[in-house]
Amino acid sequence: MSCVQTFQDYAFRSLGYGERLLPRSDFTLCEQFTLIGSGLVWNIYFGALALFFGFFLATAVAVARNSGAWVVRKPAEWFIFVFRGSPLFIQFFLAYQAFVLLPRNGIELNLIFTHITAETGWLTRAWAGALVVLFLNTAAYSGEIFYGALRSVPKGDIEAADAYGMAGWTRFRRIVWPTMLRLAWPAYTNEAIFLFHATTLVYFSGFPAWQQKGDALYYANYFADKTFNPFIPYPIVAFYFILVTLAIIGLFGLINRRLNRHMPSENRPRLRIRPQVIR
Amino acid sequence: MFASCADPSTLEGLNWLACYLTSGKHMAFYQSFLVVLALLAITAPAALLFGFGGAMAARSRIWPLRMVGRAYTAMVRGIPDIVFFLFVPVAMDQGFEWLRHKVKCPDWTDPVRQGSDFVVCPAAKLPLSTSPQWAHETYGFALAVLAFAVVFGAFAANVLYGAMRAVPRAQIETAEAYGMTPRQSFWRVLVPQMWIYALPGLSNLWMILIKATPLLFLLGVQDIVYWARELGGSKTSIFAYPHPDWRLYYFLGLLIFYLMLTRVSEAVLSRLTARLSHGQATLAGEAQRKAAQ
Repeated sequence: MSCVQTFQDYAFRSLGYGERLLPRSDFTLCEQFTLIGSGLVWNIYFGALALFFGFFLATAVAVARNSGAWVVRKPAEWFIFVFRGSPLFIQFFLAYQAFVLLPRNGIELNLIFTHITAETGWLTRAWAGALVVLFLNTAAYSGEIFYGALRSVPKGDIEAADAYGMAGWTRFRRIVWPTMLRLAWPAYTNEAIFLFHATTLVYFSGFPAWQQKGDALYYANYFADKTFNPFIPYPIVAFYFILVTLAIIGLFGLINRRLNRHMPSENRPRLRIRPQVIR
Repeated sequence: MFASCADPSTLEGLNWLACYLTSGKHMAFYQSFLVVLALLAITAPAALLFGFGGAMAARSRIWPLRMVGRAYTAMVRGIPDIVFFLFVPVAMDQGFEWLRHKVKCPDWTDPVRQGSDFVVCPAAKLPLSTSPQWAHETYGFALAVLAFAVVFGAFAANVLYGAMRAVPRAQIETAEAYGMTPRQSFWRVLVPQMWIYALPGLSNLWMILIKATPLLFLLGVQDIVYWARELGGSKTSIFAYPHPDWRLYYFLGLLIFYLMLTRVSEAVLSRLTARLSHGQATLAGEAQRKAAQ
C-alpha cells in the first residue's frame, strides 16, 4: 500500500472518516506518521477552544479576585485554588464520574411556562466533557496570571485615565485591560504551550476513546503497545508537538508585538519560554 | 479489622461503614497513599541530582557535553511530559534487558526484535521470571521513579542553570583573584550561593511534582488512582460489601488529599523561603531586617 493510499485512508481517521479498522500488523512509518498526525487534530481542537473560552473566564476571574467585595473575591480565590492545587488528571476522572452520574435521559427543567429537557449524554463524551475540564483548568491558571498582571498595572496609568474623566467600564476596557494583557502575555504564552501539552492526558483519564477516535498520544500508545517498540511512535508525537509549540510561540509572538507596539523598542519585553509544566 | 465485621451482610448504618472502610482492600488503598509519598520522597532528591548533572553539563567547556546538557534541558519545553512517562519506562526496561542479554548470552544468535516482539534470553529478563511478586512490583516502581527523575531532572536542570548564572559575576572573579581553580571556585563559591536563587523555581517544581504523582497510574503502579477506581466501581451482591458506583466520592477524596498536600507544601515552602532569606542582601531579607527593628 503506497503512502498516498495510507494518507487517504487514515488522514482523518480520528474524526471518523476513512478506513474503519486501524492497521494491525506490518506497521509502516507512513502509517504511524499519518495516524498520529490525524490524532493531533483533537489536541489542537481541545487546546484552541479551551484557550479561547478560558481567556474570557480568566479575565472575569482575575477581576473578581481583585475585587474589594468579599462575596465576589472568595469564590474566585477558591476556584483558582481548587483547579491549580489539584492534578488535572484527578480533575478529569472526577469530572467524568460526575458527568456519568447525571441522569441518562436528560434533566427535566420545569419552568413556569414551558418544559425543557436538557440533554446530558454528550457531556460524557470526550469532545465536550474533557473540553469543559480543560476550559475551567486553563481559566484558573490564566486567571492567576492575569490577576498578577492586574496588580502590577502602573498606578500612573490609572491616574491618567481618571484625569481624562474615564471611569468604570470605559477605563477598564481602554486602559486596564490592554495593560494587563501586555504584562501577562509572556506568562500566558507559557500557559498556552502547556495547555496544549495537557490535552494529551484526555484519553488516558477516564474519557473513553469512542470507536478508536483518539488524540495523537492515543495512537502513539496504540502503536507502541502493538509493536512493543517505543522508539518510533513517541518520537513522532514529540516531533508533532515541537511543531505545535513553535507555531504557538510564533502566533503569540505576533500578538505580543501588537500589544507592545506603542512602547519604546528597548523596553519591549521579549517572550521568554520557560517550562512551567504539568498541572 | 473489628471482630463485629465477621459477617458483613448483617451490618447496618455506621457499623457497616466502619467495617467497609477497614476492609483489607481499603487498607491497601491507604497504603497506596504511602506509595505516593514514597515516590515524592525518592524522586525529589533524585531529580535534583539529575538536574544538577544536567546544569553542570550545560555549563561545561567541552562542546559535546555542553550540547548534551543543553538538549536535555531543552527537550521538556516542546514535548508533553506524559510522552516521557510513557516512553522512558519501556525504553529503559528494554535497554537494561538488551545490555544484560549482550553480557549474559553472548552466543544467542536470534535477533532481539522479531516482528512485534522483544525477545531476550531467559537469563537476561528483568526481573527474572522466577523471582517473587514483590520483585516485579519493586522493579515497576523503580522504573517509574527513574522516569520521574529523568523528566523532573530536566526541569530542575533549567532552574539550577538559571540559578548558577544568577550568582553575581563579581563573586567568581573574587574567587579567581584568590587563585582558586575553576573547580574550586565552582564548588566553594558558586554552589553554596546559588540555592537562594534556585529556591523559587525549585518550590514551583515541587508543586508540579506533587501534581504529577497520579500519573503513576499510567505506569502500571497500583497507586491511589488505581485503588480509587477499583474500590469505587459498583459492587454487586456477590461482593461482601455491595454498593453502587461510588467512584465520584473516591475521586473527591483524592482531590481533597491533593489540595491538602498543596496547602501544606505552600506553608512549609513559605517558611523555608523566610528562613533562607534571613540575613540575605535581597528585598525579602531587607524587609525582615526592617521589621525586626
